[in-house]
Amino acid sequence: MAEQEKPEGGAKPPAGGHAPPKPPPGMAATPWEGELVNDVKRQFGAQILEASSYLDQNFFVVAPEAVISLLEFLRLEADFDYLVDLTAAHYPDRENQFDLFYILYSFARNERIRVKTSIAETATPSTAVGVHLTADWLEREVFDMFGIRFDGHPNMTRLLLPEDWQGYPLRKQKTLIDMDNRWVQENLGIESGQ
Amino acid sequence: MGPQHPSTHGVLRVILKLDGEKVIGTECVIGYLHRGVEKIAENRTYTMFAPYVDRMDYIAAISNGLGYCLAVEKLLKVEAPPRAQVVRVILTELNRIASHLFWLGTHALDIGAITPLFYTLREREEILKIFEDYCGARLTTHAFRIGGLQYEVHDGLERQVKDFCDYIVPKIDEYEELLTNNRIWVERLKGVGILTADECKQFGVTGPVLRAAGVQWDLRKAQPYSGYEKYDFDVPIAHGADTYDRYVVRMLEMRQCVRILRQAVEGIPEGPILAKVGKVIKPAAGEAYVSIEAPKGELGYFIVSDGSTQPYRLRVRPPSLINLQALDRMVRGGLVADVVAIIGTLDIVLGEVDR
Repeated sequence: MAEQEKPEGGAKPPAGGHAPPKPPPGMAATPWEGELVNDVKRQFGAQILEASSYLDQNFFVVAPEAVISLLEFLRLEADFDYLVDLTAAHYPDRENQFDLFYILYSFARNERIRVKTSIAETATPSTAVGVHLTADWLEREVFDMFGIRFDGHPNMTRLLLPEDWQGYPLRKQKTLIDMDNRWVQENLGIESGQ
Repeated sequence: MGPQHPSTHGVLRVILKLDGEKVIGTECVIGYLHRGVEKIAENRTYTMFAPYVDRMDYIAAISNGLGYCLAVEKLLKVEAPPRAQVVRVILTELNRIASHLFWLGTHALDIGAITPLFYTLREREEILKIFEDYCGARLTTHAFRIGGLQYEVHDGLERQVKDFCDYIVPKIDEYEELLTNNRIWVERLKGVGILTADECKQFGVTGPVLRAAGVQWDLRKAQPYSGYEKYDFDVPIAHGADTYDRYVVRMLEMRQCVRILRQAVEGIPEGPILAKVGKVIKPAAGEAYVSIEAPKGELGYFIVSDGSTQPYRLRVRPPSLINLQALDRMVRGGLVADVVAIIGTLDIVLGEVDR
């Protein structure tokens, strides 16, 4: 099946044109309260845009510049010492095109939280390698798949795809068809017909 | 080393920087099996994507399917009925034994002990036969459905599983007789590839590797799913944090799987095998991360739904990829010959590393 562009209905910015970083419209999240939230808010103030809960899973939405210091704070002060996963999602119609997700776990508290931020297409967020060594390959994979460069990463190269690969497959625009066309033209010298 | 080296369990290429026989640095080249599973998910409905997850960790396909079904069920806010949950546990634990058996055989083969491979594959065959009787497939089973089970259990599943439990325990004793106190085995594994508990946490390493470093952490206990809280079992740990202790932990884990299996087959409740999920799977907009204890470590699915029938973004958190990242730390300062042992002890499946 060729790639079908999915309707982006759920992800369009609100009519004002200026899209604030927040979860995809429609996610019925409820406020998340607790000691941890209070501590974090006291420390980071307005940089914490939201502390919510959806399906019993808690997450912070934060300003991009606060992410690394928040990860560090959570690691040192709240025992969130295990970075489970780091990934992204692409919303081409939004001003801040990418959401970055950091999934954290604390062995001591047996608790899992997410840290979420929105960044522009051209942004180069700071690397989390200094806080969690796991972030090394995970950030390389995000770069590989989305083309987000992490500032300060020791080895910002592709992880899974070949070094000379063009394009970033997990972006939402017609990347698959473009890649297919290019490959067929370069290697077979014909039109791909896709 | 690699990408076609037989001991790399697939197509893993490791560039080694050596000083004589001593390893002073490595670089893993991965991606040879990259199939773009996460992109495929965006172009398939939730139901259509389910069989694809079996192709990641094909040694433990049932665990992959369980994690995926649980993640979608979380988004749908449904739970599988009790009968389905128990059957899920039975099949997943059987798959855990199969995965550990396969690991043991190939790991021993890498180290030079050829015999165990034949024995472990013989026993694994018994498990695959049960899968075949249940769903017709042996490896990429697609045994579960979102909301429950794909098929009603076949007649005689309980008998088969009980017989298998009686059969496997003496076999595990047999492997231990062959290996546990075997001088060559011990000399090759003790003190090799040490990864301490702190290092495990820094690298996000989970599963038997973490437990062999003395951390008693298993998602089945820490955050139970599928009714694991109802079963009486232990989480074996060891403190050496080396390749030998990871062997010990996995052997003990197989025995615990048998314990769970015996309890589970005793009480398969009657009832429906599928929750009411509707023919079209269409979760409300939102995001959820659900993870399970796969044989290799924490296997997670992070799904962003935009309210349509296809996932807007689906991310797989593969234990193999993240455990492999610690390879560099484990082999540094060791000998070239030990690299093979350490790749084996991490128990990676390249289909899952590359996805």
